[in-house]
Amino acid sequence: MPVEGSETMAVLTSDDVVRVRQAVRANAIKAGFSLVDQTKIVTAASEIARNTVDYGGGGTLLIELLREGARHGLKLTFADQGPGIPDLERAMTDGYTSGNGLGLGLSGAKRLCNEFAIKSTPGSGTIVSLARWR
Amino acid sequence: MAGEIPILQIGDCLLVSIQVDMHDRLAMALQDDLTVRIVQSRARGVMIDISALEIVDSFIGRMLNNIAGMSRVLDAVTVVVGMRPAVAITLVELGLTLTGVRTALNVDKGLAMIRRIIDDGERGAGAGRG
Repeated sequence: MPVEGSETMAVLTSDDVVRVRQAVRANAIKAGFSLVDQTKIVTAASEIARNTVDYGGGGTLLIELLREGARHGLKLTFADQGPGIPDLERAMTDGYTSGNGLGLGLSGAKRLCNEFAIKSTPGSGTIVSLARWR
Repeated sequence: MAGEIPILQIGDCLLVSIQVDMHDRLAMALQDDLTVRIVQSRARGVMIDISALEIVDSFIGRMLNNIAGMSRVLDAVTVVVGMRPAVAITLVELGLTLTGVRTALNVDKGLAMIRRIIDDGERGAGAGRG
């Protein structure tokens, strides 16, 4: 799938979570997303970025602008080298939390995107990728 | 004083207008500052204006829920006003229902709601808070 542009950023602190929201917003506007679609992908990015900081011990975000024919999309890939998620199925369940959140981070972010994939290896890290098309 | 988010007092109501993209620590600080101010000022109502917020994710949603819950325990009513339509649509899809939080469309309607709830409460109880 042709990538029209990309950028990488560090996701280490809660200030970085704010920066992720701003960068994703800017790219969603570039991709021509409607206001509602912008809000959805920015909210999903905020959830996953916080997980990367709080549970993954920090990591990186790769933002890619996609184009497939006339379709424009945005793909976000969060990667960390943290402890990983031992029980992915449970982590994806609404209301399940290992921390002090509402347990909506992963499952909620998935609902806000068109494509969602998560790969986690205990001891070596987690990669979450999500995409939304215009 | 709230670290970076000012809390204004109008009569027996506290007004907070969130004008910045909040990082998590700032959200936690606001929560703490507000509870202190409710007790200090003996406020009966808290209005939180989120019209400038471009997103409400689960963390900010939890903060709003917490503020509403804590102010209820402290005998004050919380109303969240000014939510943007795109934020409302996203919140529902995210799965965040904000069940404990009262909302109003704008500051005017929010103040009227707080007034009504306080008045109803006092009539119902037969006497005000001592």
